[in-house]
Amino acid sequence: MINILEYLENTMQSHPKKIAFTGENGALTFEELHAKARAIGSYLHSQALEKQPIAVFMEKSADMTAAFYGVVCGGCYYVPLDAEMPVYRIKQILETVNPALIIHDNAAKDLLTAWNLPFKQICFSQIVTHTVNDSALKQIRLGAIDTDPLYVVFTSGSTGVPKGVTACHRSVIDYIENLSVILDANEHTIFGNQSPLYLDACLKELIPTLKFGATTHFIPKSLFMFPVKLVEYINENKINTICWVASALGLVAGLGAFKKVMPHTLRTVAFGSEVFAVKHLNQWREAAPNAQFIHLYGPTEATGMSLFYKVDRNFNEGDIIPIGRPFPNTGVVLLDEHGNAPKQGEPGEICIRGTGLCLGYFNDSVRTSAAFVQNPHAPYADLLYKTGDLGRVGEDGLYYFIARKDHQIKHMGYRIELTEIEWVAARISGIQLACAVYDSEKSRIVLYYMAEGGTEKTAVQAALKAELPRYMQPHSVHQLDTLPQTAGGKIDRVKLAQMLQ
Amino acid sequence: MLLEILQELHPEVDYNTHTTLIDDRVIDSYDIIFLVGEIADKLDVEIPADELTPENFNSYTALNALIERLS
Repeated sequence: MINILEYLENTMQSHPKKIAFTGENGALTFEELHAKARAIGSYLHSQALEKQPIAVFMEKSADMTAAFYGVVCGGCYYVPLDAEMPVYRIKQILETVNPALIIHDNAAKDLLTAWNLPFKQICFSQIVTHTVNDSALKQIRLGAIDTDPLYVVFTSGSTGVPKGVTACHRSVIDYIENLSVILDANEHTIFGNQSPLYLDACLKELIPTLKFGATTHFIPKSLFMFPVKLVEYINENKINTICWVASALGLVAGLGAFKKVMPHTLRTVAFGSEVFAVKHLNQWREAAPNAQFIHLYGPTEATGMSLFYKVDRNFNEGDIIPIGRPFPNTGVVLLDEHGNAPKQGEPGEICIRGTGLCLGYFNDSVRTSAAFVQNPHAPYADLLYKTGDLGRVGEDGLYYFIARKDHQIKHMGYRIELTEIEWVAARISGIQLACAVYDSEKSRIVLYYMAEGGTEKTAVQAALKAELPRYMQPHSVHQLDTLPQTAGGKIDRVKLAQMLQ
Repeated sequence: MLLEILQELHPEVDYNTHTTLIDDRVIDSYDIIFLVGEIADKLDVEIPADELTPENFNSYTALNALIERLS
């Protein structure tokens, strides 16, 4: 297998009329998805675009997935954008990838027109009417190899410049083949998708849906505010498999939804991307006793998930849920600060090796070579991705996550560099110095800052709102006369974190 | 008190006139968690899950009425 389109083409034969993707913005059968993708691919060919990045700026919808696979049909790779992203971030991404074309829907069109960007653009509704050029599409596939890029997704960068993680077909195929076994996915799987389509997290639903002829429901985002309605939605749609960030699951349990309604159709519940409170796990296991609960762990740079743990025992409050063992065909090594393997049970940086490693950061060889390094213990070429996470191996032989090495946090499932928030804050007029800290107890981001006289707090809050994506916005901001410093002269983050109490 | 909690969340919003806080996505899922927590901590009112509806959170008046009903 070379190209992820093979999944769609096989399923198109076996399940043409079945619904592939559905949600509040429409539905597509596999046949319709295939036809739209081929029209888009043919259009790209007519414009002589091949092996180019194509931005897809649309609302989360079945059509957006058709745009993704249409881009792939045309021999190109997609860069997903979403109106949820802040304007500066979208502009940074477009400048970084310099897309040959932006495919947009009607909603995004107005934004793009207002920004007046120097990139070619076309509306989705127009591009899908293009005549299919079967021989050209065949020709494109003959030239495709499995290390061709499939997508570029952007993550928060500590210097304020986001990183474009670029993944190829090979790594996605390897990931999905192994993930499908772990999730026990098949043609009867009905996914309830929570993650946005501009993150790698959505691969967990999208690609197995193509592979098996399963169905994915895009759960309306607003339901995550109203947990009883959310559980009712799961039941009504007979959703049997969910792969959600831990905070989404925690919200349902924490707000007391199970006192009113139980999710009785669930068979597989995967959680990850952040620490899941044992209390919430136990509430979920009680509410869905027939479901297999699976903890997933992995960085975007290793194409989704790299380790898994199937919950097979009871946990008490205060216990840590292991991240388990590596996926089949994924290697994990721990390295201490000298590049040596730590003693049994001692902490080390979690480093990942194998086919799942992505192609690095788009047009950024400096940050790529800092994070993707030669395995110091291999006398041959063997690349490691350094996650920046500290982990250890327990007496049970399972891996455990300990903490981050830097200032990256996971908040509501999103990966955030606190230093990026500070970078944005420092650009606000009047602010002299800023430091963001995370209150993990309450899941709140707090910003402390020093400012010139006359800088209004409300102006600072308004500027942060305009600049930062919703999930990165500080919940409260506090002006201080001076920020505490460590003996070395750095901002004392520990002291600021103590001030939260 | 409720007004203060809401104002800390979105100081730019005029809660006396805004009646479509959910429909206009002024309040999102992060805010709901925060609000439920703050209302429990500061007003000692637990909002049960089936009262978490768009109607109850669309305006200050509706939320205030809910809290009065529950307390």
